[in-house]
Amino acid sequence: MELAGAIVALLGSIFLFLGALGLLRMPDVFNRMQAGTKASTLGTVLFLVGIALGQQEGAVVGKLVILILFILFTNPLSSHALARAAHHIGIPLSKKTVKDDLSNDVIKDDDQHEEGGAE
Amino acid sequence: MADLLYQIAGGIALVALLLAFIRMILGPSSADRVVALDVMTIISISLIVLISVLLGRGIYMDIALVYGLIAFVGVVAIARYLERGL
Repeated sequence: MELAGAIVALLGSIFLFLGALGLLRMPDVFNRMQAGTKASTLGTVLFLVGIALGQQEGAVVGKLVILILFILFTNPLSSHALARAAHHIGIPLSKKTVKDDLSNDVIKDDDQHEEGGAE
Repeated sequence: MADLLYQIAGGIALVALLLAFIRMILGPSSADRVVALDVMTIISISLIVLISVLLGRGIYMDIALVYGLIAFVGVVAIARYLERGL
């Protein structure tokens, strides 16, 4: 059981590594965000599941389950807020971008007070 | 055997932490830096839990939980600040 847990944790750490590599290599903020967030969420969940498989005490496993649920809930939320903010302040997309449906939403300097509650 | 595999996993996660740190230093815009900081937080949570298991101190797991909470609030606050909503 402990060996299986160690192998799952190793798999998770490989996903963490690939996520960080994508963070380093992708061309613009939004690509980096999706590489970093999705791969590292999966990697962390696998890592923590792998550690939980090797434990016997119920309290430790319970804490790990709480931690996994917490990461699964909060990580997409924070990345969504960041992506929205990055698009609103007009950070340029990659040159290979085909379509941008939200291109009207970029904040101009003169109407920044109205933009917050407009959606 | 299992301990060795856990240590190798921790080493790979450390390399990932280093790569995210390089992106945080390079990152052309502030959003890049915040994304890299978010990824570094996630990797650090994994490493804190690993250290807590390897040293046999269950109390360190609470630190990982609280660190995740504070980092989540911090990232959302920075996002609101970038959006000029704060």
